[in-house]
Amino acid sequence: MAAHTGVLPGFRLTLGYTLLYLSLIVLLPVAAVFGKTLELGWGEFVDVVSNPRVLAAYRLSFGAALAAAAIDAVFGLLLAWVLVRYSFPGKRLVDALIDLPFALPTAVAGIALTALYAPNGWLGGWLAALGVKVAFTPLGILVALVFIGIPFVVRTVQPVLEEFEPEFEEAAASLGASRWQVFRHVILPHVLPATVTGFALAFARAVGEYGSVIFIAGNIPFVSEIVPLLIIGQLEQYDEAGATAIATVMLVISFTLLLVINALQAWAARRGGKEQ
Amino acid sequence: MSIEVRHICKRFGAFTALADVSLAFPDGELVALLGPSGCGKTTLLRVIAGLEQPDSGQVLFDGEDASDTHVRERRVGFVFQHYALFRHMSVFDNVAFGLRMKPRRERPSEAEIRRRVMALLELVQLDWIADRFPSQLSGGQRQRIALARALAVEPKVLLLDEPFGALDAKVRKELRRWLRRLHDELHVTSIFVTHDQEEALEVADRVVLMHRGRVEQVGSPEEVYHHPATPFVYDFLGSVNRFEGRMEATGLRVGESLLPHEAPLPAGEEVVAFARPFELDIVPAESGQGVPARVARILAFGASARVELDGEGEPARRFEVELPRERCAALALSPGQPVRLVPARLRVFAGRAEP
Repeated sequence: MAAHTGVLPGFRLTLGYTLLYLSLIVLLPVAAVFGKTLELGWGEFVDVVSNPRVLAAYRLSFGAALAAAAIDAVFGLLLAWVLVRYSFPGKRLVDALIDLPFALPTAVAGIALTALYAPNGWLGGWLAALGVKVAFTPLGILVALVFIGIPFVVRTVQPVLEEFEPEFEEAAASLGASRWQVFRHVILPHVLPATVTGFALAFARAVGEYGSVIFIAGNIPFVSEIVPLLIIGQLEQYDEAGATAIATVMLVISFTLLLVINALQAWAARRGGKEQ
Repeated sequence: MSIEVRHICKRFGAFTALADVSLAFPDGELVALLGPSGCGKTTLLRVIAGLEQPDSGQVLFDGEDASDTHVRERRVGFVFQHYALFRHMSVFDNVAFGLRMKPRRERPSEAEIRRRVMALLELVQLDWIADRFPSQLSGGQRQRIALARALAVEPKVLLLDEPFGALDAKVRKELRRWLRRLHDELHVTSIFVTHDQEEALEVADRVVLMHRGRVEQVGSPEEVYHHPATPFVYDFLGSVNRFEGRMEATGLRVGESLLPHEAPLPAGEEVVAFARPFELDIVPAESGQGVPARVARILAFGASARVELDGEGEPARRFEVELPRERCAALALSPGQPVRLVPARLRVFAGRAEP
């Protein structure tokens, strides 16, 4: 119907292409994961995924990813703010640096962070003196995930802040609002949807992150072992069905969380951007 | 509240926005800051509001130095050209914003806020759209809401930056009459910025003409229109015909022609002279008086006829003459016809002002 009445041509063609593309690129591999898992009986499946070591890894993976995305959301917003609102020498350089975690091979990031935070590293030495251990602990995982997630928030919030005229802040200030009130009641509602989107992207990336984490994590079972590593472990033992069983649960949880975040984002957009 | 600015200077890099501006705005007046874009009028308004810090100079509210007071504490209502309504808030919440942001001790109860906001919305005749969002309003409605929002905190001064600049011609006209009536009701000292001379002359008690960061003239609309103090003001207010030439003992020499004029300027001085379109008369080319010109277009609708003419020389100067319809018919003008222009009144300024 849309093909006949709409102004834009090619509705059927583009929709068909979109569905085919999504099926080949996204749905097919996901289906393969589920298919492989079906090789296990229900009992075996439950055994694999309810193993205490696996449960600990789930808790760590999702907990650290959520925490890292939350940290990124706060500081990414701050970074975007600084980059948009102020001009200072070297601003372009800082702007380019933001993208570095995108471009860096994750293994390189992992090695760099490990070298930095290991007990004999530059920062690790100082921190060890203070009694804080970063490398080879969950804290190290958090550091790595924060590092790789930050550009997602900055790059989603930045354009939204750029189109936000200083006029709105000036209007609020002239009406007697304090700095905090201006931020809370005028700026935040405007950038919240973008921030939530950035949070979702950072989270999704963090859940799936492997390369940078395994170096700094130390991979101690029950302490600093993430789910992707467990899956690799299973594969190395030629237990493909076990690996896909763990992956299936991870997929379901990730998908559910992303749905929730999406709903949250739609809600924030409705509240924050009445002007469509 | 009266406002005074003293010796305000403001530069943006190499550009001088305000060059030593001193002005006084008496209590309860509606004043227009008028000038072409880039003349510093908006910067001056923002300096008064506290949104911009001057490089030097003082802003005084009721005789007290307010230069170091933050915009929050200045109690000015500022209305932006593009309204700056908070789009995630309803009309009601927008107007209530200033009251709700007050410290808890001073904040009125929610019932009191409701009463005051509705009273303001009635004042701007928009109480029926309290629940809508800014995106659902027309430009004129948005501007009135922006005004209501600024009035909610009971400002001592109302500052409006090109308040009707983004509206279409008809709405502009309505809104400026409405603003005048509103001011007569509230009597709050108001300053508005505009580049539209008609708007300034029609609405304001007093007009401040600005050019290149300086004040050219201050006066009532009649004064500035009928007695422009500088060539710039003459040029800027309404259409005008320009003559450039040299003073001689008996008159003003423009090219080959001599325009009789008794001016207190010494002979030999370079001058610019101005005449409004209705101060020029057209006479046949054979008469030998006035300056030569050639008819380009005749617009004979409305109460009087307008004739556009091309002068001599390179580049050809354009002239505009307004004649009674009968006079125009008696002359039997046709495009291309050579005629001569005789000014009934000339205003002569020394020096060759930039065009």
